[in-house]
Amino acid sequence: MHELSIVMGIVKIAEDETTKVEAKEVTNIELEVGVLSGIELESFNFVWPSAVKDTVLKNAEKTIHIIKGVGKCVDCDTEFNMENVYDTCPKCNSNFKGILQGKELRVKSLEVI
Amino acid sequence: MCGTCGCGTDGNGPTITKHGEHHHHNHNHGHSHSHDHSHEHGHDHTHDHDHSHEHSHKQRVIEVEKDVLQNNQLLASRNRGYFEAKNIFALNLVSSPGSGKTSILERTLNDLKSELPFYVIEGDQQTLNDADRIAALDIPVVQINTGKGCHLESDMVYDAVKKLNMENDSILMIENVGNLVCPSMFDLGERNRVVIISTTEGEDKPLKYPDMFHTADVCIINKIDLLPYVNIDMDRLKNYALQVNPNLTFFEVSATAGTGMDAWYNWLQSKI
Repeated sequence: MHELSIVMGIVKIAEDETTKVEAKEVTNIELEVGVLSGIELESFNFVWPSAVKDTVLKNAEKTIHIIKGVGKCVDCDTEFNMENVYDTCPKCNSNFKGILQGKELRVKSLEVI
Repeated sequence: MCGTCGCGTDGNGPTITKHGEHHHHNHNHGHSHSHDHSHEHGHDHTHDHDHSHEHSHKQRVIEVEKDVLQNNQLLASRNRGYFEAKNIFALNLVSSPGSGKTSILERTLNDLKSELPFYVIEGDQQTLNDADRIAALDIPVVQINTGKGCHLESDMVYDAVKKLNMENDSILMIENVGNLVCPSMFDLGERNRVVIISTTEGEDKPLKYPDMFHTADVCIINKIDLLPYVNIDMDRLKNYALQVNPNLTFFEVSATAGTGMDAWYNWLQSKI
């Protein structure tokens, strides 16, 4: 259940950022989560309410942008969609690839009052 | 609730104990709640002839663009810098519970301690048992008990390292909490990550837990002395692991019988 640590990391960022601009609380938080980031969204949403309790995020709506996985084959340069880190190149079947996107786990923006 | 370890406020947080030292809670709960309630509603109702309602609810958008794991990453980099400066080769050992992390460590330390200076950080939810096993070999060891936490994070290692007073040109073995899921996301500052799997586990484990194999550099297959009794296809296991991570280096060992340990030792010696 590392998702709890992840949400607490988000809370820390939100607390820091709101303090910086002297805002009171967050009304909306925009997150980017890649499908290859290792986050289970079900667990993530499950721990969210208890983790944000008594923080600036307690009333915040969250908007999650799911970022799909894209890899590029090292052997034949084909770009392909990835759902798992072990997906092989659909053209030449190689295991060697670079992950271009899908590992993201980022706080994109905060809407504060 | 504390985010580092998932503990409540009742002292369930990580405890970092140097072997032989008194047990004490050593965890900085940096929850500083500065709630400044200064409600300023600028409702200036100036009723002239026409209605001018002025709502100044200052709603603003902050473009943050910050990585959620940046705090962990930052301290991991700090650890890494320290290790590099002192030429300490740090390894992060990960596996499911019972794959033989501690047994491999014990065997390795016992066989190599006369040649190389070793230090150990043990991570477990509870007990000092593993630290006791390592201390019995006269190796400096610090035990981190994560309480309810399911993995080590770089701040715990940072604190543990401070207790070890390590010499230059040595090897630091960090044994993570037995868990094949959570530790994969948390860089501790190690040079290499070593994932351990045993022959009693399914050969498709790399596919079931791909994140861990994807982030590892070395894969030790333990308990090969049990091969005659278990139904596992080693080639298939390796192929699955290579599918997840084509750059893995394999060692096939039996920590209890000592088989195959020499190749692992040569690799370790080549790193320092």
